[in-house]
Amino acid sequence: MKLYRNILEAFESLSANKLRSMLTVLGIVIGVAAVIAMLSIGRGARASITSQIESIGTNLIYVYPGAIRQGGVASASGAAGTLTLDDAEALLRIPGVEGVAPQTDGRAQIAYLGQNINARLVGVTPGYEIVYNLTLADGVFITEANQVARSSVIVLGSAVAESLFGSTAGVVGQSVRVNGMPFRVIGVLASRGGSGFFNQDELVLTPLSTAQTRLVGQTRFRGASVISQISIKASSPKLVTEVVAQVTEVMRSRHNTVQGTDDFTVSSQQDALNTVTQVTDTLTLFLGGIAGISLMVGGIGIMNIMLTTVTERTREIGLRKAVGARRQDILIQFLVESTVLSIMGGVIGIAVGWLISRLIGNVQLGGSSITPVVGMDSVLLATLFSLAVGIFFGIYPASRAARLQPVDALRYE
Amino acid sequence: MIEAKDLVKIYRLGKVDVPALRGVSLRIEKGEAVAIMGQSGSGKSTLMNILGCLDVPTRGEYYLDGQNVAKMNEDELASIRNQKIGFVFQTFNLLRRATVRRNVEIPLWYADTNNRTSRPNVHEQAETILKIVGLGDRMNHRPTELSGGEQQRVAIARALINNPDLLLADEPTGNLDSQTGAEILALLLKLNQERGLTLVIVTHDANIASQTQRIIRLRDGLIINE
Repeated sequence: MKLYRNILEAFESLSANKLRSMLTVLGIVIGVAAVIAMLSIGRGARASITSQIESIGTNLIYVYPGAIRQGGVASASGAAGTLTLDDAEALLRIPGVEGVAPQTDGRAQIAYLGQNINARLVGVTPGYEIVYNLTLADGVFITEANQVARSSVIVLGSAVAESLFGSTAGVVGQSVRVNGMPFRVIGVLASRGGSGFFNQDELVLTPLSTAQTRLVGQTRFRGASVISQISIKASSPKLVTEVVAQVTEVMRSRHNTVQGTDDFTVSSQQDALNTVTQVTDTLTLFLGGIAGISLMVGGIGIMNIMLTTVTERTREIGLRKAVGARRQDILIQFLVESTVLSIMGGVIGIAVGWLISRLIGNVQLGGSSITPVVGMDSVLLATLFSLAVGIFFGIYPASRAARLQPVDALRYE
Repeated sequence: MIEAKDLVKIYRLGKVDVPALRGVSLRIEKGEAVAIMGQSGSGKSTLMNILGCLDVPTRGEYYLDGQNVAKMNEDELASIRNQKIGFVFQTFNLLRRATVRRNVEIPLWYADTNNRTSRPNVHEQAETILKIVGLGDRMNHRPTELSGGEQQRVAIARALINNPDLLLADEPTGNLDSQTGAEILALLLKLNQERGLTLVIVTHDANIASQTQRIIRLRDGLIINE
């Protein structure tokens, strides 16, 4: 019997039981829609986070303090105050390094008239502007002179300026109180409009020396004030790997450490990207797996209905065998029927999943929106998967039908 | 045409062997019209199943057109049924969801030869046969829209479409009133005479049996007289 004939017959018998066929297909529709939606959301989330990281620049390298090891006891990574300003200066001399930004982090209470906010305060050197590609909406950035003089000057992120003054204009020259001490505003950063992990609009910047001596407090390491992080900008993304190696080498020779006992950590933006990719991939796989389970449940629904169908149509099977149908003819007939069911579910499910991901694309999550991407590969995957479900869960009912003896089947009441 | 030697069929029900046929031998020549009669439980349905290649005997030999059917496997039997035998059942066994013409076409789809199953050819064959049984104007109706007699005519058309040599009818008038039953029987006998079809009717109606050339009576799995 020809395949098109089987497909025709399958549609004929499925449409004889429209409601039942639709309910059966529903399981597959939900499963496939879930797979499609989950994959596309996962992919959208990855694209969104990746682009946020990339907006900062892919040629950034970070040096963090490492763990302290004393007598075989290691503390948590980052706990050691081992980075100093001298390290930063040494790193600037490495070829391929465009800028170096040592920083110390803390929080500070910023007050202007009645307004009072708690902001993330970063003590920085002029290099910070270069490394992070900052642009100013108004005023100037922190200068070398500010750094040397430990000036009480401050540069506000645009969001901070907005909440203190209600505007970013006319702020420069005003005096604010930082932890009760008067500071003069010398600049306001242009808004990046971004959000998420690295929101520079909510930063408050002061000279590193000022922050160390008067705001954040300090610990000392080898006679120098400790800083919390050094950011390095390579002159091109291609040089990142090379610069990372150089930075590690310079740091090792300065700190007299060998590999394995380093008291610092070097990582690049590339590493962060890789981590994000890994995390979102795992998440996508996990969500897709859960969606896959509902596809399996849908398949069991198909099997159930096919078993019922085979029983109901026992006499038909007997008749077909009486007029010459062989085992394989009956087997293929019922396999085609279950496969038509699951493929129909797959096609509808792809459409529904695509709709769901479009809807989610319109929802704003904390200011950042995800743009889900329904890829050809996930469509193909869903189609193949529903085909496989149809065949897998159809094979048992179909082989039961095929094994029926014509005499018994014809006599069945 | 049909030559059966010492057919024995034993069904196993649990641990008990139930003999349905206990040694049946018979010959039916090509073009004959034969009735098989007997009470229920006499083995006439079992004999009909074996003659129709729907089942194989436990022992004995059955030659259909010189081929020993008793030794064939399932697929070979299916092919024999498709090519050589047409069935007419008491309950018609039509697909309710398909049109009359599609019902008649079913055996063609299982035919081995592909050249006969091109789509226009199939339609044409079904139409020709339906005209022969007097249903030329009902081809696109569904079986549920037809009377019992018309449904049995559809079943006869389906039995004829592969040009079989042997037509096996199992209580063909059992579900019909006497008038319609007589018409159906007349059609079967006409096909036997005009087309040279070998006709075997299983029945317990003596009136029907009397219209055939020959009556085979069964009791308790044995032929008691001819």
